[in-house]
Amino acid sequence: MDEEYDVVVLGTGLTECILSGLLSVEGKKVLHMDRNDYYGGECASLNLSQIFGKFRKDAKAPESLGKDRDYNIDLIPKFAMANGEFVKILVYTDVTRYLEFKQVSGSYVYRDGRIAKVPGSEIEAVSSPLMGIFEKRRAKRFFEFIQKYELDNPATQEGIDVKTVPMSEIYKKFGLEPGTQDFIGHAMALHLDDSYLTEPALQTYENIRLYMGSLARYGKSPYIYPMYGLGDLPQSFARLSAIYGGTYMLNKTVDEIVYGPDGKVVGVRSGDETVKCKAVIADPSYVPSKVKKIGQVIRSICILNHPIPNTGDVDSLQLIIPQNQLNRKHDIYIAAVSFEHRVSAKGYWIAMVSTIVETGVPENEIHPAVQLLGPVLEKFNSVVDIYEPVSDGKDDNVFISKSYDSTSHFETVTDDVKDIYARYWGKPIDFQGKIKRGDEEAE
Amino acid sequence: MTSRTSNVSSSSRGRDEPARPAPTSVAPAPPGKPFQVKLVLLGEAAVGKSSLVLRFVNNEYQDNKEPTIGAAFLTQKCRLDDKVVKFEIWDTAGQERFHSLAPMYYRNAQAAVVVYDVTKAPSLDRAKSWVKELHRQANPNIVIALVGNKLDLVVSSGVPRAVDAEEARVYAEEMGLLWFETSAKTGEGVSEVFTEIAKKIPFDLLTPRGRPNAITGAAGANGGQNSVAAGADGRVDLGIAGGAQAQSGCAC
Repeated sequence: MDEEYDVVVLGTGLTECILSGLLSVEGKKVLHMDRNDYYGGECASLNLSQIFGKFRKDAKAPESLGKDRDYNIDLIPKFAMANGEFVKILVYTDVTRYLEFKQVSGSYVYRDGRIAKVPGSEIEAVSSPLMGIFEKRRAKRFFEFIQKYELDNPATQEGIDVKTVPMSEIYKKFGLEPGTQDFIGHAMALHLDDSYLTEPALQTYENIRLYMGSLARYGKSPYIYPMYGLGDLPQSFARLSAIYGGTYMLNKTVDEIVYGPDGKVVGVRSGDETVKCKAVIADPSYVPSKVKKIGQVIRSICILNHPIPNTGDVDSLQLIIPQNQLNRKHDIYIAAVSFEHRVSAKGYWIAMVSTIVETGVPENEIHPAVQLLGPVLEKFNSVVDIYEPVSDGKDDNVFISKSYDSTSHFETVTDDVKDIYARYWGKPIDFQGKIKRGDEEAE
Repeated sequence: MTSRTSNVSSSSRGRDEPARPAPTSVAPAPPGKPFQVKLVLLGEAAVGKSSLVLRFVNNEYQDNKEPTIGAAFLTQKCRLDDKVVKFEIWDTAGQERFHSLAPMYYRNAQAAVVVYDVTKAPSLDRAKSWVKELHRQANPNIVIALVGNKLDLVVSSGVPRAVDAEEARVYAEEMGLLWFETSAKTGEGVSEVFTEIAKKIPFDLLTPRGRPNAITGAAGANGGQNSVAAGADGRVDLGIAGGAQAQSGCAC
């Protein structure tokens, strides 16, 4: 460890691994360390022994669940939006050659005590029980408006500037009922609470476009999911980094980030070894003194031996319970995947219930959502703090990522990657096309 | 570095192998595509993993090769009597150096070459622990070859042998592994490793792997209608999606 590196990356979460890969490709000398003996940090996928070890103090998993190798249980629940920026990074870096994706089979929303499918096509929309016949016409007009709307072409805008007009005004203009507003804002625009209503409509407009563009890609839902679980995502970017000379050390304690007299980072100490570096990229857990807590999320990993009831026995889904259905401020999300994605043994489903914590008894908050799952074989709850850095890292060259938030997809992770990249390089990155890879040939 | 696709026939390389009798009838061209097999290399650093592959794929050898090969995988075909096997050979990219090889690397491999150095006893112990790991984590039908490399050092450089051939052979037999001794430097035994692996792959058990076939249907995604860019089992090809996106801009 006596060499000098351009960047030492601490933690092998997805954000860190993407950055490690990008920087190695651009010729930076990268050392990547993790205190765990596995890849992924907070976004690892664990096998049965690991998951029981983590949550049940090394209790043994019941043999009836199957073999260790059959399970890749995610610690955070996220899917990839098929048309989103994250997929652009996958294509840009060509890590798609290490990964195989499946579409998520359905997107559902909970309303008035029932689970309804989010329509995936016009045909489904016509027969959907979510709206009455007149409301469907109004909604159709609204979606046509969104589809036609171009940000830099006033002729398409019907006099509405989404950059200034709040979303609630636009709902009013199209005469949409509160239930429809809920559906659009939460099940399509994927807002976690209702604060978007009073904000300019731009973000909601973009979210709806992303949802519809992603849905149009493969049909059943806007989401795709990697075979063998999310844990393969950081691993594939780590491999990209390694191919370009990145050095990997798992199971390595990180004792100290060492600063020079000018306050800038000069190295990282592990035991009595110190490796020199010009910059550090780290997840919040490695630099607790430079992050602040911004909230808490509860996640409940549930192992089932049946599909989620009332969803047509699909192999995978997202189910959103909009906040006001349970008199909450934040939506509750359920994400389910199964053997079809090689995350569980045959005949088993993995469902994750998650939401932003609002009370002192978070388990009670998610109870109504867990009930929708039917009988649960094993349940692992965790309440985790969400952190973000207190500074942009330009003063000390320590660039810190954000914790994984409670959104259901990787778009905010991508934002964080771009943000850290720009802070580190002082220039933005654009994921158009593909990086040049003359060193490799798949024929 | 580019891969080559020149065919290595099972009989053209093995030096001691008797010439195969000419087939009595003209063998029909193998129907369809070659069987694609993901093969991973495992073993301690500096036992010659990359050199073995370079010998097999490019028939070349470099002394004092840099620790990592700098490529994610190379391809090489291996022609058997009745089929063609196309190996997709994955190297470790140096991630084994600090015991940090990602499980993704070997998870869905159909074959593994676990390499040790015949002049370094601890490298066999490390190889054994990889075999254990593969039995625990990898595809249950994986074909594993245990390979003692650097035979040239023992044969002609006077370096003492540190791993007894019989001991390694017996271990391999007990564990159900193929076993070879090779020299990437001279080429001895190298092509046999891959040919014997190819023969042992349980092709009838192979499920289709790798990128789904290109599905180009229904490219004209018109507003709200489902476009069918996914396979029947829901597998999707992001490469194709990327192209579609460039054309359609925002197709919502």
